[in-house]
Amino acid sequence: MEKQALIEKVNAALAEEFEKEITDITPDANIKETLELDSLSLVDMVALIEAEFGVKIKSQEIGGIKTFAELYDFLEERVK
Amino acid sequence: MKKRVVITGMGIYSCLGKSLDEVRQSLYDGKSGIVLDPQRKEMGFRSGLTAKVDMPNLKGILSRNQRVYMAEEGAYAYMATADALQQAGLDQDYLNTHEVGILYGNDSSAEAVVKSTDIMREKKDTTLIGSGAIFQSMNSTVTMNLACLFKLKGINLTVSGACASGSHAIGLGSLLIQMGLQDCVVCGGAQEVNPYSVGSFDGISAFSIREDAPAKASRPFDRDRDGLVPGGGAATVIIESYESAVKRGAPILGEILGYGFSSNGDHISVPNVDGPARSLEMALRQAGVGIRDIGYINAHATSTPVGDKNEAKAIAKVFDGYMPEVTSTKSMTGHEMWMAGASEIIYSMLMMKNDFIAPNLNFENPDEDSAKLLIPAKRVDKHFDMFLSNSFGFGGTNSTLIVKNL
Repeated sequence: MEKQALIEKVNAALAEEFEKEITDITPDANIKETLELDSLSLVDMVALIEAEFGVKIKSQEIGGIKTFAELYDFLEERVK
Repeated sequence: MKKRVVITGMGIYSCLGKSLDEVRQSLYDGKSGIVLDPQRKEMGFRSGLTAKVDMPNLKGILSRNQRVYMAEEGAYAYMATADALQQAGLDQDYLNTHEVGILYGNDSSAEAVVKSTDIMREKKDTTLIGSGAIFQSMNSTVTMNLACLFKLKGINLTVSGACASGSHAIGLGSLLIQMGLQDCVVCGGAQEVNPYSVGSFDGISAFSIREDAPAKASRPFDRDRDGLVPGGGAATVIIESYESAVKRGAPILGEILGYGFSSNGDHISVPNVDGPARSLEMALRQAGVGIRDIGYINAHATSTPVGDKNEAKAIAKVFDGYMPEVTSTKSMTGHEMWMAGASEIIYSMLMMKNDFIAPNLNFENPDEDSAKLLIPAKRVDKHFDMFLSNSFGFGGTNSTLIVKNL
């Protein structure tokens, strides 16, 4: 998947699930703050990413993914 | 001295309507809420009959993070409770500053259990179940969600007493108010309608198979009844001490005079006569009234052969020498199970407030026991000031409430 297509797919899925405007999602924005995730809804993001991309973010990996750009990079690497 | 317990608000979301006005009209018209659900036949159900209840759309009312923990029956209960609180004049400021409790009847929450089990089996990874399932799958899902959404600060728990859950919830709430431990309690009952929740019930041949005529299928007390029809939704009754209601200037709709209860100590699914009779007698004793004070009996009668027969015997035994009209609103709604004890208080209240008794639909021929009761198949236009409502459940749990008009 081309990176731009991947970014658009991630953004669309996250915006729909967490009921945010897609324009709120920018590469350098903090994921938890932008999507208003707490420890519970963070689990839902992991489940959503798995459902959309077949990629499971492990608990030891989630701490390293703070911004959307970091999420895109992580997924680009895994989806390959 | 025991405090008086009054009803100051009601809200309902059922197959008969989504507001008190809609439900009152359906009761008045004798409208059935039963349909045939083709999906159930595809799933292997013996009977595809069910009440039709539309899922409320809470998007735009509650945030995603508030909705995700609510099961189907929680959504119904939210709608019913928001309406009941509004009628009672209980706004968020009041709830924030007083210890209002919640006691709600619920005895299953199947869909989230089934769906999370499917994910566990397929994915072998519990994280992928997501965050909502644990909160959706517990019996207390309704009370845990509503207590957080409405910021309730009093007692907070679920009553699981099978098909008497909603009735016991109101009865137990009344006792807390009588004792002065609570001034106001949000009581009620909720029942999921999804097929997963009743598949195993269908499996024991408890449901009517009169699929060619859904509105004719639920026929409590009729000689040719062949089983119940599952229903659902939610019903909320705000109960309050008389003093609190007067102090707030709240509408006082009725008074809960008596709560009777008993256990059959007998078979898990087959009811007897003695247990229900003792529940009725206890309710009359607690209320301090005689049988002639009761103007209407809302029966538990679910349209099963043995259940209706034994309830008819119990009513005839207790109401010896005087018989008010007896109907089962389940002839219109099907069996609303965990919700029924609460919804039937509201159905009976709507009738009492509007001077009619809704018809016991499909009562065409009595059997030898129902012939001893006064069961109107057509609506009766009549004023009455007190009713008795029965709710019985698996395991032989019985609950009876007596409510007086105010």
